[in-house]
Amino acid sequence: MRPFAYRRATDARAAVAALSEQPNAMYLGGGTNLVDLMRLGVVAPEALVDVTRVASDTVEETAGGGLLIGAGVRNSDLAAHPAVRRRYPMLAQAVLSGASGQIRNMATVGGNLLQRTRCSYFQDVSKPCNKRQPGSGCPAVEGDHRNLAIIGHSAACVATHPSDMAVALAALGTSVHVDGRRGVRQVTMPGLHRLPGDEPDRDTVLDPGDLITAVELPALPFAARSRYRKVRDRASFAFAVVSVAAALDVAGGVVRDCRIAFGGLAHVPWRARLAEEALRGSPATAAEFARAADAELARARPLPGNGFKVPLTRNVLVRTLTELAETP
Amino acid sequence: MTTTTPSSVGSGLDRVEGLDKVTGRARYAFEYSPRDLAYAVPVQAVVARGEIHAVDVDAVLKCPGVIAAIWYGNAPRLASDDGGELAVLQSPRVAYRGQYIGVVVAETLHDAREAAGLVRVEYAAERHDVELRADHPGLYRPEVVNPDFPADVEQGDPDAALAAAPIVVDAVYSTPAEHNNPMEPHATVAAWDGDGLTLHDSNQGASAVRDTVAALFGMPPANVRVISPHVGGGFGSKGLPHPHVVLAALAAKQVGRPVKLAVTRQQMFAVTGYRTPTIQRVRLGADAGGRLTAIVHEAFEQSSTVKEFAEQTTVPTRMMYAAPARRTTHRLVRLDVPTPSWMRAPGETPGMFALESAMDELAIACGLDPVELRIRNEPETDPESGLPFSSRNLVACLREGARRFGWAGRDPAPGVRRRGRLLVGTGVAASTYPVYRRPSQAGARAEPDGRFTVRIAAADIGTGARTVLTQIAADALRAPVDRVRVEIGDSALPTASLAGGSMGTASWGTAVVRACEALLEELDRRGGDLPVGGVEAGADTTEEIRGQRRFARHAFGAQFAEVGVDVDTGETRVLRLLGVFAAGRIVNPKTARSQLVGGMTMGVSMALLEESVMDREFGDYLNHDLAQYHVAACADVRDIEALWVEEDDPHLNPMGSKGIGEIGIVGTAAAIANAVHHATGVRIRDLPIRLDKLVR
Repeated sequence: MRPFAYRRATDARAAVAALSEQPNAMYLGGGTNLVDLMRLGVVAPEALVDVTRVASDTVEETAGGGLLIGAGVRNSDLAAHPAVRRRYPMLAQAVLSGASGQIRNMATVGGNLLQRTRCSYFQDVSKPCNKRQPGSGCPAVEGDHRNLAIIGHSAACVATHPSDMAVALAALGTSVHVDGRRGVRQVTMPGLHRLPGDEPDRDTVLDPGDLITAVELPALPFAARSRYRKVRDRASFAFAVVSVAAALDVAGGVVRDCRIAFGGLAHVPWRARLAEEALRGSPATAAEFARAADAELARARPLPGNGFKVPLTRNVLVRTLTELAETP
Repeated sequence: MTTTTPSSVGSGLDRVEGLDKVTGRARYAFEYSPRDLAYAVPVQAVVARGEIHAVDVDAVLKCPGVIAAIWYGNAPRLASDDGGELAVLQSPRVAYRGQYIGVVVAETLHDAREAAGLVRVEYAAERHDVELRADHPGLYRPEVVNPDFPADVEQGDPDAALAAAPIVVDAVYSTPAEHNNPMEPHATVAAWDGDGLTLHDSNQGASAVRDTVAALFGMPPANVRVISPHVGGGFGSKGLPHPHVVLAALAAKQVGRPVKLAVTRQQMFAVTGYRTPTIQRVRLGADAGGRLTAIVHEAFEQSSTVKEFAEQTTVPTRMMYAAPARRTTHRLVRLDVPTPSWMRAPGETPGMFALESAMDELAIACGLDPVELRIRNEPETDPESGLPFSSRNLVACLREGARRFGWAGRDPAPGVRRRGRLLVGTGVAASTYPVYRRPSQAGARAEPDGRFTVRIAAADIGTGARTVLTQIAADALRAPVDRVRVEIGDSALPTASLAGGSMGTASWGTAVVRACEALLEELDRRGGDLPVGGVEAGADTTEEIRGQRRFARHAFGAQFAEVGVDVDTGETRVLRLLGVFAAGRIVNPKTARSQLVGGMTMGVSMALLEESVMDREFGDYLNHDLAQYHVAACADVRDIEALWVEEDDPHLNPMGSKGIGEIGIVGTAAAIANAVHHATGVRIRDLPIRLDKLVR
């Protein structure tokens, strides 16, 4: 690890200014991913600007009936928050399904959104990776890609976004509050993250120096009937092979509205808009749920070693929606 | 003086160093910091095969804090270069990706690490071959398999017996490469003092490290001292010294200062051994009543080009079941891969997965209960040697396990039991592990204050060895345990065999008992007259062990698993696991249970999770950290219980004990795979049993 400067920012403007002055500086939240990447040599910032005192660590009601969650809220606190658990259970479940208790105590909401892929090649600096070193190649396409993308990937990159929390936030249409050189703005999930295309080094639409200050959950009463189902090899402390965040609004046996997003499938938390469209107005039956899954998964282009994710995703969506439909 | 003392052996004495460990007082190798210490970080090859042409040493020496950069071109020559893997920096050849090809020594760990990452190496890379196949043209029959068994054994005419058998099972199984991941990674602190070398090192046997390192540096063993009082797990990966030990000593010699070197978790996947992947074909022939007429078990496995390590995969099949015709073989191919080595129960672990899976398939083919099938094939004597078993209580384990597990009345039909969205099934498999004993020496001393000190270069790698030796010594001395202190983990102590092969307690315990007996005799002779300096006596068990009667000595067990397989996702979780073992006299039920449950947990891990993924393009094990190489987490361990049956075996050792460090992992994966078949109707013959093999 190279020597680096460490600064603690006191407010958002100062933090943004600090990063503008020093191009090779990075924000530090809980550090649960960034410090690992520094140790591995994947990133080597000259300076870290600690923003844990900048970003709010509170969860507040919004005028519109939603929740404003400070970017500095620790994952454990978010998952335990009564309003989150009651009104957005999929979010509490998603956060609790990630990492370990110790890591959730450190990890922040802002940092969680910006964590990097766990693709083996990305994390090993002795090997090529277009995301880490643009133009060097992607060995995962021919190599090991069991855990990598089946949808929205490119020839340049087949990485997946690792966050569980981001999948729930994408399903909910969360608004991400960003402070940057050009001032303050909001980005609506899943629009924060981008598909790899031929620029896989860019995970998000954020510009250099942009700081996430909060995420705002919209009012979505039917999200009280929602859940997050994470499929993983190990029973805990493992990234999703596939995950589903879903909320279902059923009246008289018919789907009035729904929200669906997938994890473990793509470079972004994958909002399943085609599945949602297929479901709205349809009977809440397993057959319709399967049809909706197929509508979304028709776009999947699995690699030779991860084709199993297609039936797996279909099954887990049907199962999750069925359980939601049966929930009184 | 004769006092009556309650027997300590058989009681659940707490770990004698437990308080030191939980309070941080127990120091591990990396925690020793001699004065004037420097830090070493190895440089690893990034090609899997080739030759090093040049290393830009000057550039590295300009980095902050760097003291030396050592590679083949400027390394001191070792006295012996026939060490294979241990001939570190003695050749420009690269035999596998990740091999140590250099080392940077610096004032701080961070300086050394940073500089090691900047070392420029020019290679002539060559095409590599890292893929084990059963039809690989390079396969050959090794002279012996680990440690010294014949590669092939044939009795009767197995081909004819198979051709004549009314029922035949013929299946191919595979196990992936698996890596030991002890909590404490390997570490060495090397300090030279003239011609003397002191190593604080994490290992499974200080005496063996001393002898190996002394030979490499051309010194008498007495010039080397290896100190290892506490070791945070080994599982076989610390049984033999690996290249980092030599590299640390060599670097310290070159810079003339003590050097500290820790192997990182990532490096462990290249340089500290692993379990070879195996491909195994098993053919069983049986009569209609399920009595085996033929067993053929063939294994294909790999080693590196620098060292032959041949896992004894089919050896347990030689003594497991009665069958008049049998053939067991091993074929090895030398690939451009890291060198495999010992990992908990080498041979038995992969071999019994295949054999016990095949037995389950045979039970189904015969329409027999799998417990009953095993009972019907119980041999009278060791099928290979004809020797009597010193004791063999597999049947008792199967019956007791079946009773406690609730096996009776099990419906054999696969894929028919649902519990919510889970398919549920049960499976059984047998466990076994040989009983070894190796010569060791020990010393026992009566101190003037009425206490006793027992000394032996044994290793406690977390097993409880120090504790059970204290119990054994206390009983031999007819003294309470709090008057006995056992010193271990130092090559300056009487030479001892390894903590390996589940033979620690038997080997060391014998030496300790004999030393204590000699001391009591000496005390008797002196009639209670204790000189100021105390009285000491020693023992060497070489003659005793050489002279022991020939028996087939093995421990046995039976494991019963209940699994739930999610019908939608294929996720398999072990709902219940019960192991019943027959392992002679249990010296300490508390540490024994930990060993057995630990082995079974590692078996769950092997069955469901563990796989080192070989990257064909780069030639290394890709998933080289604990986030990617999954070992069982607490949530994977729901209900595991280990029990034992009473076993009185007079042909073992003074304690009447059999080793228990490894048998717990043997058969677990088969019991789980058999349960998965019972649950789903899908036979998984290739480990691990991950959801992609079951999702539909």
